[in-house]
Amino acid sequence: MMTATMSSAITASEPKRLPVGRIVGFTVLALVVLFAFLTPLVWPVDPTKQSLRNVLAAPSWSEPLGYDHLGRSMLARLAAALRLSLGLAFLSVLTAAVPGALLGILAAWKGGIVDRALSVLGDVFLALPGLLLVLMLTAIAPDSPWALYVGISLVLWIEYFRLTRATTRTLITSPAVQASRLLGFGPAYIIRRHLWPEIAPMILTVAAFGAATAIMAIAALGFVSVGVRPPTPELGLMMTELLPYYEEAPHALLQPIIAVFLLVLSLNLIAGRKAQ
Amino acid sequence: MTRVLGYRLFQALLVALTVGVLTFIMIRALPGDMAYRIAAGRYGYDMVNTDAANAVRTELGLDQGGTTALGQWFSDLVRFDLGVSVVSGEAVIDEVRHQLGHTVELALAAVLLSLLIGPPLGILAGLRPGGVIDRGLLLVSSTLRALPHFVVGLLLIIVLATGMGVLPAAGHGEPQNLILPALTLALGLAAVSSRVARDAMAGVAGSPYYAFGRTKGLSDAQVLRRHGLRNVSVPIVTYLGVQFIYLIEGVVVVETLFAWPGIGHALVHAIFARDVPVIQGTALVMGLMFVLLNALVDLACYLIDPRRQAA
Repeated sequence: MMTATMSSAITASEPKRLPVGRIVGFTVLALVVLFAFLTPLVWPVDPTKQSLRNVLAAPSWSEPLGYDHLGRSMLARLAAALRLSLGLAFLSVLTAAVPGALLGILAAWKGGIVDRALSVLGDVFLALPGLLLVLMLTAIAPDSPWALYVGISLVLWIEYFRLTRATTRTLITSPAVQASRLLGFGPAYIIRRHLWPEIAPMILTVAAFGAATAIMAIAALGFVSVGVRPPTPELGLMMTELLPYYEEAPHALLQPIIAVFLLVLSLNLIAGRKAQ
Repeated sequence: MTRVLGYRLFQALLVALTVGVLTFIMIRALPGDMAYRIAAGRYGYDMVNTDAANAVRTELGLDQGGTTALGQWFSDLVRFDLGVSVVSGEAVIDEVRHQLGHTVELALAAVLLSLLIGPPLGILAGLRPGGVIDRGLLLVSSTLRALPHFVVGLLLIIVLATGMGVLPAAGHGEPQNLILPALTLALGLAAVSSRVARDAMAGVAGSPYYAFGRTKGLSDAQVLRRHGLRNVSVPIVTYLGVQFIYLIEGVVVVETLFAWPGIGHALVHAIFARDVPVIQGTALVMGLMFVLLNALVDLACYLIDPRRQAA
């Protein structure tokens, strides 16, 4: 009761409404995620199963999104492709965020040679444009989504590192942190109590942008046929495959395009306008 | 200034090192017998036999040990000897030089086009924040930013090339072949640079010195020319540096989409063919191009903003 009134008093004193863009972004993303993960439960069709009688058939009641050029269910393929993109993007963002943020704090905390060594490491990965690095890693381990995952994570971690490093550097000299350290509190307490509340909202923005970058990179590599191999459904690859049949079945080509668009748009909206 | 350029030089060294190590791992990690792969790339998959593979192996010295190979690799790299394409047999440096010309042509056209589209619209929007132009521009740029380059390219092909038939979808040699790929890249770049210009212009237009310029009797056009443009151009030019990542990445995808015979196209095809020397050469040149462009942006900012020269 007591805590309830207190928290409501706090929210009343400083109204903290989510911006409209962010709400729209979260809603669209949630719908796409639901579509991707519920479809196989409601509609258990194998995304690689062919029925050649239905090649490029238009959407109908029995097959809401129609068939592709090999008579495969577009609904099943689109959902599978979205699961692949979402899963890979989520994994890479997570793998990039945790070490990136921790190394950023470490660099700012220790300073000196640790800071310099970690910054040089960051520069190494920043020197090449991200897609180039991912492309070269996929050349090292062709035909595997793991190369994509490792490559994208290696590109994304730097952003977290730079952000947390810059924030921690200013925070660590603040009177509040100095007081905590003088009182004998350890790093875990200071990170949880002083650093995390400042860093967390920024992490969300960077993570949303990172996920958008990852999804675009996966699609771009699929599109130039370097990433995932057929018959695995992948958004970029589906576009390459369906492009020659644009005249007969424009609906088929438009589906992966709309899927990528909605995903990236929702993530951009979540990220907000500040971190363009 | 020398410190900034020194950093870029350091970055260039890092590019060479990263590309060198990555391609070296690549050549070691490739599955299967490399001699057979290369022989297949040269003579076609149906014509490969043990003799052909062995001929390739002795010719290219594929049977030496790991450390010797790495040492050889770097001594070649330092002397900028990029080796010979294992598929076409031509020197990589000549191939890359040839392709680089096409890529630079495309990239220049894209940047110029994006500067014609983006910042003017952004400045117009920033002069009246919240107006019709501002809202419309926000909508268009958010849409464009949510579409990867190749989707923009695809839509342009569908609408302008196959739909209306006004421009060729792919090809090279005629001036109109340049339009679609350059426009694809330019739209992506302009989507961001227009927002940067808009925010910068809104900031400048709301500043006291801008209001004073108006109060002392300058016309709208005069105050924009005398007090607005130079202040707005620093963030735009700075942001151009960030956008070069987009440009380089876009070149890879857009060249492949439009079959433009540049470096990105060559890189993707070298990856298909496992042509490691060409992968190394193209990746190296693209990485170095990226560093060089950033160094040029540093210089441009230095020239535009006299405050940096004092510091």
